[in-house]
Amino acid sequence: MKHVVQAMMTLAVLLAVVPQVLAQEVEMADAMRAEGKIYVIVAIILIVLAGLFVYLFLLDRKITKAEKLLNK
Amino acid sequence: MKNWLKIAAVVLLVYVHTAGLLMEVPRLNILNETVRALYFHVPMWFGMVLLYGGSVYFAFRYLRNPLQKTDMQSEAFAHAGTAFGILGMLTGMLWANYTWGTPWHGDPKQNGAAIALLVYLAYFVLRGSVENREQRARLSAVYNVFAFAAMVPLIFIIPRLTSSMHPGSGGNPGFNVYDLDSRMRLVFYPAVAGWFLVGVWIASLRLRYKLLIEKISER
Repeated sequence: MKHVVQAMMTLAVLLAVVPQVLAQEVEMADAMRAEGKIYVIVAIILIVLAGLFVYLFLLDRKITKAEKLLNK
Repeated sequence: MKNWLKIAAVVLLVYVHTAGLLMEVPRLNILNETVRALYFHVPMWFGMVLLYGGSVYFAFRYLRNPLQKTDMQSEAFAHAGTAFGILGMLTGMLWANYTWGTPWHGDPKQNGAAIALLVYLAYFVLRGSVENREQRARLSAVYNVFAFAAMVPLIFIIPRLTSSMHPGSGGNPGFNVYDLDSRMRLVFYPAVAGWFLVGVWIASLRLRYKLLIEKISER
């Protein structure tokens, strides 16, 4: 009985661990995520995106102004 | 374009660029971390197709009811769509360099997309070469229908008939290959919507600018 329980527990541990180990074999930028450096990249990309949108909004406003000026 | 749509585009793309880099993605060989390019490269092509769709819609409307403004709307959409297509091509070449080995693989979808872009560049050549306004509008509306009709098989049908490295082509499964779970859809579809809205926004700015020039030159 004890052996059966032990074998089942071993199997359960294996079933829980093996898929993770297999998944870890594909190399990903896990270290960069662990260090938190990925947030630097996210921040940089968001700044660029924000700049693009600010530019678009300002251009939009300029065109609106010009339209109003012309319609007067 | 309504203001809330512009804000929606901003919100969607801020979400996409955050979640696209931070959320879990399937671990796949060869692709590795570059699978995330799906969030940034593919929306360019989806955006292009949708914007060209808008362009051909206005071309049809022009042919039914020839208004100068409809022609200008059609041109603005085609212009924004071409910008998206060029970005899609550049990002695709970069991605291909690291996953397929060379920037230009001769992949049927890549070739097809290049030909489609050339067909649309010819649209602008055609527009630039006709002096008379009504004639230019009518010719380019008819050509626009042809260009759209050529783009669809070039990008969507021919790559499926032959072998292509792109997913969804040559017997490859479509997006299913990526989203073993559908997590990637949660970022991908908002990315398509967000970039399409930005494309419409840019097209509307171009249209308004051209209308202003029109009004000023009438004076």
